[in-house]
Amino acid sequence: MSKDTITFTIDGAEINAKPNQTVMQAADEAGIYIPRLCYHKDLMPGGHCRVCTVKVNGRPQSACTFPVNNGIVVENDTEELNALRRNIVEFLFVEGNHFCPSCETSGNCELQATAYRLGLLAPQLPYLNKERELDASNKEVYLDRNRCILCGRCVRASKQLDGKNVFGFENRGINKRLTVDSPDGLGETSLTAKDKAASICPTGCLVVKRQAYQTPVGKRDYDKTPIGSDIERKKATV
Amino acid sequence: MAENQASVIRQIVDQFGKDRSRLMNIVRAVHVKLGYLSEESIGQIAEALGIHRVEVRDMVSFYAFLSRKPTGKTVIRLCNAVVERMKGADQVGEAFKKALGISFGQTTPDGKVTLEHTSCIGLSDQAPNALVNGVPITNLSPKDVPMIVKAIRDGEDLLNLPQAEVDLNVRKTGDVIFAPMERGAALRKAISITPEGVINEINKARLRGRGGAGFPTAMKWDFCRKAQGEAHYLVCNADEGEPGTFKDRAILSECADLLFEGMTLAGYAIGAKEGILYLRAEYEYMLSKLERMLAKRRHLGLLGENICGLEGFTFDIRIQMGAGAYICGEESALIESAEGKRGAPRDRPPFPVQVGYMGQPTSVNNVETLCCAARILEKGGEWFSKIGTKDSTGTKLLSISGDCEHPGIYEVEYGITVAKMLAMAGAEDTQAVQVGGPSGRCLAPKDFGRGISFEDLPTGGSIIIFGKNRDLLECMRQFTEFFVEESCGWCAPCRVGTTLLLKKLEKVLEGHGTRRDLEELESIGKTVKTMSRCGLGQTAANPVLTTLSGFAGLYEARIKSEDYIPSFDLEKAMEAGLKAANRTLEGVHA
Ligand SMILES: Cc1cc2nc3c(=O)[nH]c(=O)nc-3n(C[C@H](O)[C@H](O)[C@H](O)COP(=O)(O)O)c2cc1C
Ligand code: SF4
Ligand code: SF4
Ligand code: SF4
Repeated sequence: MSKDTITFTIDGAEINAKPNQTVMQAADEAGIYIPRLCYHKDLMPGGHCRVCTVKVNGRPQSACTFPVNNGIVVENDTEELNALRRNIVEFLFVEGNHFCPSCETSGNCELQATAYRLGLLAPQLPYLNKERELDASNKEVYLDRNRCILCGRCVRASKQLDGKNVFGFENRGINKRLTVDSPDGLGETSLTAKDKAASICPTGCLVVKRQAYQTPVGKRDYDKTPIGSDIERKKATV
Repeated sequence: MAENQASVIRQIVDQFGKDRSRLMNIVRAVHVKLGYLSEESIGQIAEALGIHRVEVRDMVSFYAFLSRKPTGKTVIRLCNAVVERMKGADQVGEAFKKALGISFGQTTPDGKVTLEHTSCIGLSDQAPNALVNGVPITNLSPKDVPMIVKAIRDGEDLLNLPQAEVDLNVRKTGDVIFAPMERGAALRKAISITPEGVINEINKARLRGRGGAGFPTAMKWDFCRKAQGEAHYLVCNADEGEPGTFKDRAILSECADLLFEGMTLAGYAIGAKEGILYLRAEYEYMLSKLERMLAKRRHLGLLGENICGLEGFTFDIRIQMGAGAYICGEESALIESAEGKRGAPRDRPPFPVQVGYMGQPTSVNNVETLCCAARILEKGGEWFSKIGTKDSTGTKLLSISGDCEHPGIYEVEYGITVAKMLAMAGAEDTQAVQVGGPSGRCLAPKDFGRGISFEDLPTGGSIIIFGKNRDLLECMRQFTEFFVEESCGWCAPCRVGTTLLLKKLEKVLEGHGTRRDLEELESIGKTVKTMSRCGLGQTAANPVLTTLSGFAGLYEARIKSEDYIPSFDLEKAMEAGLKAANRTLEGVHA
């Protein structure tokens, strides 16, 4: 083992990591799934959803931003944390307007799959029922803000991967919303279906047009195995 | 017009060197010139800076004092924070509505006057109060309103209004802040020793930050000094936004000399050439006086190059105005804002002492902390360490308001008990005391023997007193509303959770709550507290959580009695089903 290896534990299991990795990156490589929504391995972390919150030496920290360090003690798969994560996912459901049965992303949706994995069956909290605009003005990509969880993946992808700045946020607090780089709609931006930003949305908010139902319901990403299985499969090989 | 407007905007952008990081100054200047920030202006600013319009819109839409709709020539911002409402702000609001013939959020049909609400403007000791085009008017009563509206309509100088007066209200002075100073003495002492020596003196004093967290100042400066970077920055946090705090207001207006002395020696200690005073927009009325003080100190060789004749010691201060956002008091959000972005906090690590303003090592310190530092250099760390308690040395400025005879600012030694503080302020029949503002805790009389200190009851200075006739839970509802208003929206638990807390609390206060709702209040509160990204979210549930534990009886009295039925019998199981059905229906109506 090189002297540059960092050693720490997650739920008691010893993990080896490289310096400059985050807890999330190290856990992924070790085949340990930490629930997450706004994190994407190709993007700088955003720290928006807080679903990946773990306890580091007893203190809550977001795994996607927290750097590994020798000897840190990380708690991840605990009843307390999973309950808190489930609450956040529930918050996101009632913040937007999600009707899964009629959503073309159902089965491929990371929000829905995370809810299932954390044992959230139906939201109990009152829906906020806010009006949220659709934007169908772009020829190739469709934006339905009813399903936006403000994870910022599209914002970061457009900037960091596509070298554009198609998306941004507007307003603050509960009035925060996704906005685009034109006076009016998505149709006047330079976004195309080929942009990484067009296919990075974890929910059915931002979708490439004319691809709906190409994969039939029942054969979608999370129909057979729960979200996180791909990461956990690595464990067998580590 | 459009061409003309574009050239006005280009001029302003040029004036700030086409520097994207000065976007806050640019949009503020455009706002002053054109009255608001239209989508067209936003596009023109973006073009002149060579950035995307979405970036400018993102920033502009964040701040309460930047309007994207045309506003009147005069903007009245009536403060509707808790203390102001206790003192009759709602009635004053009604009087304004009547006199102007409009509601809040509207502009008169002739386009002359806009009426808005704003959260605490740092004048709770002279409530109700408002800012009229930035000019504070205080101690308002509904009968003053027609005269004020007439003066506005007649275009009179607002400063001539009898209500346009800020009382100093320093009720008790101490040896650290409100004491005479000899200009330059502390600074000369500082440069007679090394920067490390200065940090050592602060360390001897055991000074801890007055902004809330209580971090040891010497340690912060030492980290910052030792961090590698192309430049180091010293930032003074004058955002003072916690409702019920107004002590920095008194320092800025009375002790600016002491503050700038402290900033300068802090700059010397950490190796900074540039200092920034981040001043909240609500305090803009003090800007010109502060600028004059800076000019005077430059003239006297206390700022600029070769300060006090020390070859190579260069330091100057610029004032960065904010634009109405409580979250910008959080140090990393403040830095983002000073860099011309929305005030969204950053994830830590890295900390500002490592990666701060413009990506460089930065020490962010509270106004009062920097004043303490100046006094420590003048009188010695040893002297300072003997005041207060073992873990909380020195004095603390308290801003006391609410139900008491003598609201105002008190400089007290750390360790003072709540009971003594109440007596000092002339408070009787006190039901509860809010220590540390909405983000602090609501204290019941059984705890009035406890002391103000980092080890017992920490506070940035806000003390709000609730008399026995106040509806305490209604006050907690208003605090929760404040956090809904001020959440930056970056992270899900705080953005959504604060609104859910408010809705649940309202349900309980309206008499529709059940025991289950109280349990949900607690569970939502814990989620917001544990999972939020920054201090705002981590404390936003405190009004609810601290009263759920300290004033449980008040909640019990508001919920429906049938929920006292013990669990696990058949009847209860049936009821749970019915209740579930009810809840769904209520959800639909909400
Ligand atoms: C929501 C929020 C608001 C804050 N507001 C202020 C403020 O108005 N003034 C202040 O000095 N510190 C404020 N702080 C604390 C700052 O983040 C920071 O800790 C402080 O400025 C450091 O200065 P000190 O070490 O001198 O206390 C706030 C923190 C949070 C989380
Ligand atoms: S985006 Fe996901 S959670 Fe929302 S409706 Fe579609 S499938 Fe359901
Ligand atoms: S559109 Fe999708 S990717 Fe973009 S912020 Fe909303 S949920 Fe996230
Ligand atoms: S806790 Fe609130 S204020 Fe802080 S980052 Fe999250 S949303 Fe913004």
